[in-house]
Amino acid sequence: MESNISFKLKVWRQAGPKEQGHFETYEMQDIPTDTSFLEMLDILNEQLIEKGEEPIMFDHDCREGICGMCSLYINGHPHGPAQGATTCQLYMRRFHDGETITVEPWRSAAFPVIKDLMVDRNAFDKIQQAGGYVSFACGGAPDANAIPISKEAADEAMNSATCIGCGACVAACKNGSAMLFVGAKVSQFALLPQGKVEAKRRVKAMVAKMDELGFGNCTNTGACASECPKNIKLSNISRLNREFICAKLSD
Amino acid sequence: MEEKEKTTAAQPVIDSKIPEGPVAEKWTNYKAHQRLVNPANKRKLDIIVVGTGLAGASAAATLGEMGFNVLDFCIQDSPRRAHSIAAQGGINAAKNYQNDGDSVYRLFYDTVKGGDYRSREANVYRLAEVSNNIIDQCVAQGVPFAREYGGLLANRSFGGAQVSRTFYAKGQTGQQLLLGAYSSLNRQIHMGKVKMYTRYEMHEIVMINGRARGIIAKNLVTGEFERFAAHAVVLATGGYGNTYFLSTNAMACNCSAAMAAYRHGAYFANPAYVQIHPTCIPRHGDKQSKLTLMSESLRNDGRIWVPKKLEDAKALQAGTKKGSDIPEEERDYYLERRYPAFGNLVPRDVASRAAKERCDKGYGVNNTGQAVFLDFSEAINRLGIDVVRQRYGNLFDMYEEITDVNPGQLANEIDGVKYYNPMMIYPAIHYTMGGLWVDYELMTSVPGLYAIGECNFSDHGANRLGASALMQGLADGYFVIPYTIQNYLNNQDIWPRVSTDAPEFDEAEKKAKADQDHIFNIHGKRSVDSIHRELGNIMWEYVGMGRTKEGLETALKKLKEIRNEFNTNVFVPGKEEGMNNELDKAWRLRDFIIMGELIAYDALSRNESCGGHFREEYQTEEGEAKRDDKNYFYVSCWKYEGSDDKAPTLIKEPLKYEAIKVQTRNYKK
Repeated sequence: MESNISFKLKVWRQAGPKEQGHFETYEMQDIPTDTSFLEMLDILNEQLIEKGEEPIMFDHDCREGICGMCSLYINGHPHGPAQGATTCQLYMRRFHDGETITVEPWRSAAFPVIKDLMVDRNAFDKIQQAGGYVSFACGGAPDANAIPISKEAADEAMNSATCIGCGACVAACKNGSAMLFVGAKVSQFALLPQGKVEAKRRVKAMVAKMDELGFGNCTNTGACASECPKNIKLSNISRLNREFICAKLSD
Repeated sequence: MEEKEKTTAAQPVIDSKIPEGPVAEKWTNYKAHQRLVNPANKRKLDIIVVGTGLAGASAAATLGEMGFNVLDFCIQDSPRRAHSIAAQGGINAAKNYQNDGDSVYRLFYDTVKGGDYRSREANVYRLAEVSNNIIDQCVAQGVPFAREYGGLLANRSFGGAQVSRTFYAKGQTGQQLLLGAYSSLNRQIHMGKVKMYTRYEMHEIVMINGRARGIIAKNLVTGEFERFAAHAVVLATGGYGNTYFLSTNAMACNCSAAMAAYRHGAYFANPAYVQIHPTCIPRHGDKQSKLTLMSESLRNDGRIWVPKKLEDAKALQAGTKKGSDIPEEERDYYLERRYPAFGNLVPRDVASRAAKERCDKGYGVNNTGQAVFLDFSEAINRLGIDVVRQRYGNLFDMYEEITDVNPGQLANEIDGVKYYNPMMIYPAIHYTMGGLWVDYELMTSVPGLYAIGECNFSDHGANRLGASALMQGLADGYFVIPYTIQNYLNNQDIWPRVSTDAPEFDEAEKKAKADQDHIFNIHGKRSVDSIHRELGNIMWEYVGMGRTKEGLETALKKLKEIRNEFNTNVFVPGKEEGMNNELDKAWRLRDFIIMGELIAYDALSRNESCGGHFREEYQTEEGEAKRDDKNYFYVSCWKYEGSDDKAPTLIKEPLKYEAIKVQTRNYKK
């Protein structure tokens, strides 16, 4: 059943990219447990506005766990303690009365802080722009059923394509590696006949861009996959490595 | 009514530019005779696209592929996050892969009928016609649609259709289609044909010599206004559902770009046609920020019910009974009872009103009395939990995370029948069929200004069928505007580029800045959200699922008060310079209030019930919507009268049906 809880909230405040950040502590009183984590922050922001203070900036949009915008590092976990859920899908019933909850932004060299809990993830778009597509212009596509694709391949491609590009994998990784994110996109296309034609060019371009943008290397700790809100599997990284080595060998 | 009197005065003539010929040949004829721009000239022409949802991203990518220079803007940190991403169920197309009697004509017919005969025939036919190309296009992009074991594409059924024509990718079809459009967009960004501006919001349209020639956009990170010039401006900024505060729309969805167009003289069409989706998670508490949709695809296997006995409903409301305590024979599957032919798959407006009717009579099943059950017991008993989870697993998980109830869990067994936890659902604002008026070419009444996707009004009439929003967004972006915009850009008079130093840009930026100054300097006592929440309550109560003349008049009075409250008492913290999300929200709220008034004006002027617009005075004895084709067979186009304080003027675009016989919508037989 629903009840109310009170707790301490330690939130990272940072006025701008170049400013020094610090933790600010807020006392939260009588928050209903059927409130979502972001609604709890809305309540806090309303209180701050009432006092004439600046509200806490954080990214959020769909609040249904699919847009990938929300990005809070809660109690040491990207998207908090719930498995397979984004920050916006986290409800206060996961927390206890009297607890201290720590909220930080994603921390990675490739994702600089813009303000408070909001970071710049433009690097992800740049990797996709380097090659995350099938080079095909609108018009003139063959009939959709012209090429049968096995259900297994389609389902596996779908699982990889489920990535929401939130960056939790990078935030979770001690090296700040983007291998899971890149692996998911490379896998989706590697599994489908439409993507195979330019598979080699794609994987090399995306990996080169990833390295250029300052993401770290993968040391196979698996933190990315275990923190991923969409359960993107570690096998995407193996496939990325395989695709990359094959592409390099055929150079 | 005052606005009615105005309509009798000399009216501007509405030219919808519908091509000649039988409805099935119009688009072919149009394409055969339209003017084109040759490749060398395309390179010299710039197009601004505002928005990166299905319509915006597909348009920007395709226009780039064709050789135009595109400037694309989005409010989020990445074009991939536009709210199309949240569409769950699927996309319709007339492929007839299931050999169940589907055709372009049938999709066209179902869409016109589903829209309660208030859409424009020619536009809908074109939509049905290009629907098949969309599926081909998306598969070629690498969109991983669901497939059968034989390797061919799978389909499912959606409301308002008797065929299986919906293509899907789990419960994440919008995500996959948007990522497909995003990938094409990325390719064009990489090639330098599209320049992408993220975390930008359009504030003003720049008019030069009576044509849209640029925009003033606010950089949401630096807080500065910036100027962008082009040869045409395309708005793909979505709908106005957030006028109601609580809706299934994302938090940043807003109607300010459309309102900027409206203030520049673009007609706003059919604002009263708002879609209320029947299967959303019911409201709880007063701190809620948004409502969550449960996909319509659930109605393929889920059965909607309330108890037959009022005492059972009372017990459910008091929490002394659970849904699974009530046996089969005590359940009223009211959609199957009232609409035997379509059952649980009636269109959204019909399903929503039926839920409201039961709850208004006291049969609601949760503590607020504003919920009905969506039950999978029969499906799980028939197919097994594994098959059901394969189809809806992610939706079950989403429901459990929010409500703490697992719909796939066995809860009770009565007389050998197994009962699983039902979901609780209730209708919520989801989509807006109304939007900026556009002609057949998708141009608004402002030359050079286009509106595509949910932002325009043209294809769904008074009610949209499930899985048709994705179809329309992509149809507009991939297959319609890339053609029709050339018919305008072919005009050599507009080819010289304009400078952003032109006095018109100075004026527009000054106005954007002055509007923002005004809002920031009110220094009142109320937060943006508190006023927005109040606006939402008024809209839901008086301009929601059931509307009356008295209610709408009350709403207009209260909305004026809200506008006054906003203009005198809103408080925006922080500084006007730099990033200030509250200031941006306040600016959007100003327009939501005007939008709310527009919806109410339209609802009051339309003395009939049709689709999503239900006037309680106009219903049949059985409680169905009663249209008045004799007096209201037209598109309501609202014209801004130069000030937010003045009532808008109604102009009518008469509807003409050539292929379809207009009749009473019937989902019973």
